[in-house]
Amino acid sequence: MAIFEGVDLACERGGRVVFAGLGFAAASGGVLLLAGANGAGKSSLLRLMAGLAAPAAGALRWAGKPVTDDPDGHRARLAWLGHADAVKPALTVARNLANWAGMAGPRRAAADIDAALDRVGLGRLGPIPARHLSAGQRRRLALARLALGAAPLWLLDEPTTALDEDGVARLAGLIDRHCASGGIVVAATHGAVLAAALTAPVATLTLRAAS
Amino acid sequence: MMRAFLAIVGRDLRLALAGGGDAAIAVAFFLVVAIIFPFGIGSEQALLARIGAGVVWVAALLAALLSLERVFAADFEDGSLDLLALGPLPPALLALAKALAHWLATGLPLVVAAPFVAILYGLPPAALPVLALALLFGTPTLSLLGAIGAALALGARRGGVLVPLLVLPLCVPVLIFGAAAAEAAITGGALRLPLSLLAAFLLTAAALAPWAAGAALRQALGE
Repeated sequence: MAIFEGVDLACERGGRVVFAGLGFAAASGGVLLLAGANGAGKSSLLRLMAGLAAPAAGALRWAGKPVTDDPDGHRARLAWLGHADAVKPALTVARNLANWAGMAGPRRAAADIDAALDRVGLGRLGPIPARHLSAGQRRRLALARLALGAAPLWLLDEPTTALDEDGVARLAGLIDRHCASGGIVVAATHGAVLAAALTAPVATLTLRAAS
Repeated sequence: MMRAFLAIVGRDLRLALAGGGDAAIAVAFFLVVAIIFPFGIGSEQALLARIGAGVVWVAALLAALLSLERVFAADFEDGSLDLLALGPLPPALLALAKALAHWLATGLPLVVAAPFVAILYGLPPAALPVLALALLFGTPTLSLLGAIGAALALGARRGGVLVPLLVLPLCVPVLIFGAAAAEAAITGGALRLPLSLLAAFLLTAAALAPWAAGAALRQALGE
């Protein structure tokens, strides 16, 4: 059973301490929601967790081993959903998804791509250029990356942004299924919309800006 | 890892070729700059033949610079660069893949277009293959050096202006020996020195520039 934990983490941005002395633990099959006011450091914490930024102090551990021991392995085990959707308007919806799938692993059959699009409710939009998508549909396309991948650790930054009720329900379905198969999800989110829709066990970590 | 490398090159090429993308713009810009010169300096045949090779090189440099700023900036802004950095490729190979895609999309078309411009300027036919060969060695160096500038300018205000200021001075040696190769072909001088120097620049840039650009990328993402 995998456990992802952080000990005594500190983060500095532009010489300012965002948070310090922060610890968390997320076990396989569970969801960790990051709450807190704007600027409390939710996105910064997610970037530390992904290894995109290095903590000013403290350590991250996966199954007891520091992730800095094996940064390649850590990158391979995580799926990232940033606050930006990483959608290229000039390419088709299916092509956008296939690009990311092609980078992460073996070439995926068109049927897999369509199935992933189906699960986020974009099933019939595959051949359409992504520039015609609404903000919520672009978010769904970003979520389809999660549906397609097999990474055990999901790091989600405000995943419900721009999503309608059906979109939130589908996201909750993806997260529940991921947790049921032993995955770990860490999501930064405002409000209780996502927590209310989930059936997987949820823990909440509230960040407070360091004064 | 090889698959991820090719996937990134393929993705960038698709983006560059998608309707009105960078590739078409670079070639159009190159031709317009080359055609505009005679309007400024007069159309005296001997003069044009004298400056033709230099004009081709300067126009190629400007056309390459035009799209360099977007090499990383577009992916940085829409969140793609985070995902690329979390992919299987280390930053240096990521930078190499992006530079290769930039060259295939903008540099290679310039190599093909250059002989036509040279004919417009009345360069002797014997000089055309040498000019194309020199560009074939020189333009990938521009893409590689440009990748360093494009990565360093990430997150900076007015990054688009910063990139040419960072990259142009680095490109001067390529420009000097590129023009010297064409000059030598016209006057019948020795070709070997300028061409081998251009090849040496390319090999050096291919070995070192990805590391520098990769380090700059890591820095930009960590902030």
